[in-house]
Amino acid sequence: MSADLVRLIVDAVQEQCEGRGSTVAAADLGPETPLLGRAGVLDSLGLVTLVVALEQTLEDEYGLSVSLADERALSERKSPFRTIGTLAEYAERLIDGARQRA
Amino acid sequence: MPDVVTLVTGTRKGIGRALAEHYVRAGHRVVGCSRTDVDWTLEGYAHYRADVADERAVKELFTEIRRKYGRLDHLINNAGIASMNHSLLTPLSTVHKVLDTNVVGTFLVSREAAKLMATNGFGRIVNLTTVALALRLEGEAIYVASKAAVLGLTQVLARELAGLGITVNAIGPVPVDTDLIGSVPKDKIERIVRQQAIPRMGTAEDIANVIDFYLRKESGFITGQHLVLGGL
Repeated sequence: MSADLVRLIVDAVQEQCEGRGSTVAAADLGPETPLLGRAGVLDSLGLVTLVVALEQTLEDEYGLSVSLADERALSERKSPFRTIGTLAEYAERLIDGARQRA
Repeated sequence: MPDVVTLVTGTRKGIGRALAEHYVRAGHRVVGCSRTDVDWTLEGYAHYRADVADERAVKELFTEIRRKYGRLDHLINNAGIASMNHSLLTPLSTVHKVLDTNVVGTFLVSREAAKLMATNGFGRIVNLTTVALALRLEGEAIYVASKAAVLGLTQVLARELAGLGITVNAIGPVPVDTDLIGSVPKDKIERIVRQQAIPRMGTAEDIANVIDFYLRKESGFITGQHLVLGGL
């Protein structure tokens, strides 16, 4: 799993949390941090905003247009949006795929 | 204060062009798109070639808007095509074309616009429907069905996007003298107009007036609404 992607997602999650009035220290966020559910750091709208922000950052930093919420993501038996780590792994696969197609 | 950025789809001619000109006059930075180039230019207006039903083209359009302006305040989903024909004489290819532009196009552009608007926590989306929807106008089954879908999208998107500071509303114009109704017989247009409380053709100014209201900052509590012109 790319450390850069994890950092990018941690930053985005922290920004989302701050934007929605809750404070989470970056040090408390890592690959194991659950995004959704009872222990999750985001509500459903927060996840939507996170996905949008990440897509834009990936475009800006990697020059790649990827859709994180595509059919594959939504049909996977285990959602890639479970934790920061699973999302980073999923984003990495999408980036690799987009680079191969380019 | 940064410039207000307004995207109008389907600006090559007709109502779309008139709306682009209206918002340039109002001081907005206006971005427009259509499937082909436009034969007019205007300071403060930037045109892009994009078919609203083509996901890749729509994404590229929004990449350009984000790079050039970094924001989007307003979206007016004007691009639309009509098919005036009895349902028994309507080929499947026409059905797909109308649904692709009117429904898929409105969805794709709204989705990408909302992503950009969400970053500022503010946005206004206005969709165009039609008086034919209120009149259940015969001879326009697919067009009316597509605009019914646009109204459904308006009402659901209004709920989904409310938490992001984005309102979504619709306006149903009465016949306006544009190419869209060029193939409709004159007597049919007259019959439509006679059913209105105010029996006259609409103008681009009538439409802009309603959209102005939806776009106002003060209209932040108005969403999921559908205003039909002419008193229908």
